[in-house]
Amino acid sequence: MSTNASRSAARVMMAPAVILLLGWMLVPLTMTFWFSFRKFLPMRGGDLGFAGFDNYVRFLTSSSFWPAVQTTLIIVISVLVITVVLGILLAMLLDQPMWGQGIVRILVIAPFFVMPTVSALLWKNMFMDPVNGLFAHLFKAFGAEPVIWLTDAALPSIIMIVSWQWLPFATLILLTARQSLDSEQMEAAEMDGAPLLKRFWFIVLPHLGRAITVVILIQTIFILSTFAEIFVTTSGAFDTRTLTYLIFQRITDSQNIGLGSAGGVYAIILANIVALFLMRIVGKNLDA
Amino acid sequence: MARSNSMQLKMLTTVAAWSIGLMIFFPILWTILTSFKTEAQAIASPPLFLNFDWTLENYQVVQERSNYMRFLWNSVFIAGGSTLLGVLIAVPAAWSMAFVPSKRTKDILLWMLSTKMLPAVGVLYPLYLIFIELGVLDTRLGLIVVLMLINLPIIVWMLYTYFKEIPGEILEAARMDGATLKSEIFYVLMPMAVPGIASTILLNVILAWNEAFWTLNLTAAKAAPLTAFIASYSSPEGLFYAKLSAASTMAIAPILILGWFSQKQLVRGLTFGAVK
Repeated sequence: MSTNASRSAARVMMAPAVILLLGWMLVPLTMTFWFSFRKFLPMRGGDLGFAGFDNYVRFLTSSSFWPAVQTTLIIVISVLVITVVLGILLAMLLDQPMWGQGIVRILVIAPFFVMPTVSALLWKNMFMDPVNGLFAHLFKAFGAEPVIWLTDAALPSIIMIVSWQWLPFATLILLTARQSLDSEQMEAAEMDGAPLLKRFWFIVLPHLGRAITVVILIQTIFILSTFAEIFVTTSGAFDTRTLTYLIFQRITDSQNIGLGSAGGVYAIILANIVALFLMRIVGKNLDA
Repeated sequence: MARSNSMQLKMLTTVAAWSIGLMIFFPILWTILTSFKTEAQAIASPPLFLNFDWTLENYQVVQERSNYMRFLWNSVFIAGGSTLLGVLIAVPAAWSMAFVPSKRTKDILLWMLSTKMLPAVGVLYPLYLIFIELGVLDTRLGLIVVLMLINLPIIVWMLYTYFKEIPGEILEAARMDGATLKSEIFYVLMPMAVPGIASTILLNVILAWNEAFWTLNLTAAKAAPLTAFIASYSSPEGLFYAKLSAASTMAIAPILILGWFSQKQLVRGLTFGAVK
């Protein structure tokens, strides 16, 4: 075969995608890296020269850094636990024979298609509003005092909104993985008299292992950069300022580009650590 | 005996699954219902479920007052444009990676994927600057390019997994019969690749439609799509539940419908083939 010709043709065909992505990655990254070493305040004098590692040190030592890290971790871990645990249970349930399975699947998946600004707004106003929200009505019906969700329980509220958005994703992927399980193996175990819980623990869960890992990694990357949900509901107030939101505020509100860029570099490093694990799994799958 | 037992079990699962399904769907259902109420009914206490005077007034008001159509068109242009542009660039790349793989193919694929993992906020200011320099801040063109770039890895990856499933022997047979590269692509590959390309387009329209970081940060009045339009309702003067619901329903309806068609592709596209 004309391997040489097709090789070079292949290279030409790949070029646009590779060059575009390379530019997309390198140009802004280089700029962020450059700004992170400058004292750069567009509203207060512009570029005031080289700052060494000042921005990096200041970002880490500012009083809002550790709370932001803590908030980020709480959101990521809570959402992961909620979506993965409920997702496994829901996937097991949806896999059973029932009437109207297709419709139930559609109902469960729906939240994933709702744009983040819409889901944040509808939770904020129609459910969590302390006067007119459905939760307030519900609390009053039971004679309890309505909770002012987005001030008094802001973090749990955001966790709830984000979990609602991601539960469908976890469920759908785990359901797909569950359905690829060889039914003969399950039947054999059933014949041997293995109880339901044991079958789940020793056959289903190990089979779901890789899907669970993939769900965790992909969700971590997306949840780390949760933005619209916070922007619309609390704007980072009431202890809901994540690392992403802190960087956003440094750049847009305080207009301290150097400081924000240093934070950006930290966020990029953090995301890359997670991405590395994801790449390993995806890469292994490519060989198979 | 055994049969009636399994019937009972089926009944039980059905009830449980439907209840949970409806619970998860409820916020969307509630929004749709509220969009047909009057403002007074929307905040009635106790809340009204179905026993209200259905009205289309909110949809009219939202369309008349807020240039809803302009935001809708922006969303359509940006989501559609970025997806089509992305597919045009990705098809040749995915084709060559699937059919003329080299030692570096895997590395290139993984590297492309890694660009998707970059946290957007880390490059917010550089992009803002670039947009100002190029004069594309608050333009559809600017957003089309950015959304194309953030979704390009997923497009390439999805197309690659679809193309990979096309047997290479067919292409070889075509080549033996003297097919040129062009006719190979247009007459042999394309017909087989159409379903894969269609689902890739579907998933990416959804992703681009719902993207809410760049669309919020790089647009103002002119090029703002529905994500930004809805976010503008978060200010206090926008606290009209029925109108908010009507606007939300219009913003999510097209994508809900598209999304339901794309369940299967969703898994493949978002797990990069790691779960099938």
